[in-house]
Amino acid sequence: MSTDTSPDPGITAEVADADRRRNRRVRRLLFGCTSITVLTTIAIFAVLFDNAFQFFTDERFHQWLIGMAADLTLYFPEQRVGLLEFFTDTEWRPSHADDPRFGIIPLAAGTLLVTIGAAFVSIPIGTATALYLSEYATPGTRKYLKPTLEVLAGIPTIVYGFFALTFITPVIVGPLGALFGISVGRFSALSGSIVVGIMTIPMVASISEDAMSSVPDELRNGAYALGASKYRVSLSVVLPASISGVMASYILAVSRAIGETMAVLLAAGYSANLTGNPFDEIMTMTAYMVDATRSTMTVGSVEFQSLFAVGLALFCMTLTANLVNDYVKRRYREVYR
Amino acid sequence: MSTDVDSEGEFETSSGGFDTDSLTGVGLEWTHRTESLFHAVLFGASVLGVVVLAVLIVDVILDALTGLAIGLDPVTFLTQHYSNDSSQAGFLGAIVGSVLLLFFTFLFSFFLGVGTAVYLEEYAPNTRVTRLIEANLTNLAGVPSVVYGLLALGVFVNGLRMGPILLAGSIALALLVVPIVIVASQEALRSVPDGMRNGSLATGATRWQTVRGVVLPSAMPGIVTGTILALARAIGETAPLLMVGTVWGLRHTPGPFDRFGAMTTQIYQWAFLPETELNFLAAMGIAVLLAILLGMYGVAFLVRNKYERSY
Repeated sequence: MSTDTSPDPGITAEVADADRRRNRRVRRLLFGCTSITVLTTIAIFAVLFDNAFQFFTDERFHQWLIGMAADLTLYFPEQRVGLLEFFTDTEWRPSHADDPRFGIIPLAAGTLLVTIGAAFVSIPIGTATALYLSEYATPGTRKYLKPTLEVLAGIPTIVYGFFALTFITPVIVGPLGALFGISVGRFSALSGSIVVGIMTIPMVASISEDAMSSVPDELRNGAYALGASKYRVSLSVVLPASISGVMASYILAVSRAIGETMAVLLAAGYSANLTGNPFDEIMTMTAYMVDATRSTMTVGSVEFQSLFAVGLALFCMTLTANLVNDYVKRRYREVYR
Repeated sequence: MSTDVDSEGEFETSSGGFDTDSLTGVGLEWTHRTESLFHAVLFGASVLGVVVLAVLIVDVILDALTGLAIGLDPVTFLTQHYSNDSSQAGFLGAIVGSVLLLFFTFLFSFFLGVGTAVYLEEYAPNTRVTRLIEANLTNLAGVPSVVYGLLALGVFVNGLRMGPILLAGSIALALLVVPIVIVASQEALRSVPDGMRNGSLATGATRWQTVRGVVLPSAMPGIVTGTILALARAIGETAPLLMVGTVWGLRHTPGPFDRFGAMTTQIYQWAFLPETELNFLAAMGIAVLLAILLGMYGVAFLVRNKYERSY
């Protein structure tokens, strides 16, 4: 896109031409780099779909297509797990010797339970932190609070898992369960919710705070001029004015909670109970995938391919959350000048 | 919402809560009280993050120290391989595995990420395709890390028959962090003022000569900082490596084409098993991991403060 002017006398036309050609080559090379990112998305979907197809039938999707093209006949591959079973069966026990069952409901319910619980932790605390940082904190407090949040966001998820196992479950969830007369084991859905909630606080706080800080002072001053207190201004002016960014942070936190793996596995456990009791051990979709890697499976077996079926379901869930996030940001964005 | 906050005179304390909507004729005193209560609640919520961080670090350190107190030797821990006997168990293979993973992740993600960022910021026309590519990047950044593990498992480990080797693991990590490197690099490139580009272009330089000679050198500190932070994310990842397939108990120092493990996967194994001694080993492993992370953040911080210029 460079508009090359005529070369100065020291540069011959050949040199200038060579420069332009190199520029075009580099441009193509860089475009190649860029296309890899698009290719990654396509590959993720293709690999998940192709392998998940072999979970439901006895062939990969591409093998089926090639098979049909080779024989020029239309046929349907033999079914292994019914779509109906996958979406409606309430048992998940893929490695059961006599009667393996593949119902994703217990896993999806586990993910849902942890995600909702986490939202109850991260949304109030994250929003309050954001309001404090943007409306109340002095520059001095901000200087210490913000880096702390960044550090909290930078701690590996496996460390949070360890923290859940050695602190949250025995010190917080255990006594809480005892209060209700329930003895809590090593793992519980509540521990998972708390730890994932804590992990997503920095995300909610920092994105919400960005949105709140971009609310122009004229709005605040207008409210103050009407005699509103600072608390009033925060809740009735700043929060509504920044709602698109705040909502976006909530959706991102939920998406992150759905995809969270190690902390959830070490906090909430790995037995696929269909339960609403937060003190029970559960298994999320991500926990299943990671936990399954401990056993040896042959490639192509229903058990192995189930990883991809669950992965595809997970990918669709987070993709939906991300698309909703995109939509909310565009639809409800208020632009201030 | 009603805004009759401030009418003086009557003062009602009937409803007790700090929701003033239900009250009519609220007194100034009440407003003050709500105000300070609200302030306190917000402050408490913000401090909670700090408290959790402190408790987490103290928890890890206490467990690691307990490990030392019951006779786990730190030298053995850092210089020996995994052993089923917890007093002989070491972390060396895992550390080497993580460092190698980091190296190859850097190799695969840096040029790809910076190249993409340069294309998007310096070359790409403002068309629908470009916007689609950008939207795709945000989507990629939101894909759960396990899914990248599945991708590597399906394409590289099984599809290309690489097997569960260290290189396959680093490819999974590289694909995971590329979006982060791209976004950080884009920000760094955007902070270079257009005047510098135009000055270079006006002398007759091609776009590439401008990028190489003017834009990239100015943006490099920001790019390096962003890359280090992305690599810090990579070294803390566990799930994608487990999906690719790691060794449960690493008894060798892995090379690029060997079966492998990393610090995080070893920590997972120790934390997951119910024996408390193994939990102490996990805590010691976490201490090493956090120390390395601290070092990486420190370097990123130094680079940012020392070399980054603002225009």
